[in-house]
Amino acid sequence: MSDSTYQPNAKKAEPLSSLERQYILLTQNGLPIIAKPYHWLSERLNISVEQVLNLTNSMQQRGIIRRIAAVPNHYKLGYHFNGMTVWDIEDSQAEKLGQIIGKLPFVSHCYLRPRKLPSWNYNLFAMVHGKSNQEITQYRSQIKTLLSEVLVNRKQQNAQPFKNCDMLTSTQILKKTGLRLKNKNVANDVTATTQEKNHV
Amino acid sequence: MTSMQSQSAIALDDIDKKIINVLQRGLPVCVQPFAEIAQQLAISEQEILNRLDNLLDNKVLSRFGPMFDAACFGGAFTLAALQVAEENFEEITKIVNDFEQIAHNYKRDHQYNMWFVIATESQQEIAQVIAKIEQATGLEVLNAPKLKEFYVGLYLPA
Repeated sequence: MSDSTYQPNAKKAEPLSSLERQYILLTQNGLPIIAKPYHWLSERLNISVEQVLNLTNSMQQRGIIRRIAAVPNHYKLGYHFNGMTVWDIEDSQAEKLGQIIGKLPFVSHCYLRPRKLPSWNYNLFAMVHGKSNQEITQYRSQIKTLLSEVLVNRKQQNAQPFKNCDMLTSTQILKKTGLRLKNKNVANDVTATTQEKNHV
Repeated sequence: MTSMQSQSAIALDDIDKKIINVLQRGLPVCVQPFAEIAQQLAISEQEILNRLDNLLDNKVLSRFGPMFDAACFGGAFTLAALQVAEENFEEITKIVNDFEQIAHNYKRDHQYNMWFVIATESQQEIAQVIAKIEQATGLEVLNAPKLKEFYVGLYLPA
């Protein structure tokens, strides 16, 4: 059962054009909240609005931009509970089941990750969010039902069984910073203007 | 450090909720995108802009704009964890958070009680950061990079 049996996601990072880099630097803190945000971008990128719209569509099609959207603060919307559910499932079934679990409406992230025996035997991670502990516990049970056939019954060296599932709830945010494209090869003033209106 | 309980839910009216839900799905790519959404919701473009501004000011929304696939930034990422004794927790938190490559760090209720994302420019740098954390904390890092991603997205109906 080697973890190398999984094919890592094929999506290879393609090099960004300098225009795309500038686009990211200008908007990674957010878009200005104005009627014509793409005009704002066109002025700063020195291209036409049509070109901005085409570039935006193209970056979306290539997966560089997932979507242009609002990111809610979970807690302000009452989603106080999240659980990182973790599962020890058969490698041969992992891709198939991962697809199924990833499509559940209450799962926000779903990944296969390597085990590290004996201290960590879980290979499937699915993050669930809810407004109560009861709600996320119920989500966990739904996932467990779907995985019941493929959970591994693994023995430790001392013959004690490993648990084959768990849910880790977060009790404190210790640090949270956004991921950033570093501002290299681009004039330093490019990012500065977006900050104020963007509340980041 | 933010306690999970410190941010309480805010009273939102139906229009706020609709705006949050529509804009979580995505902004159209066109000259006046908010006008299109305004039409859908039967309110004015200016009202959307005002409310969106307020939702960001009140931190109901943490961000509005393009969501980039972090992979396109060309860097490397991993999820890592530590088993930290409760009495050392604060000290270890400081050591780990002081690495600028640590993007997120959460305390979780498990033997592995500290979970953090390491974001670096290169795969090599991931290994270096892990080695430095192990050296500075005297603890063994669980390194759990993603092997396969099934879904990344989050839709929280308001």
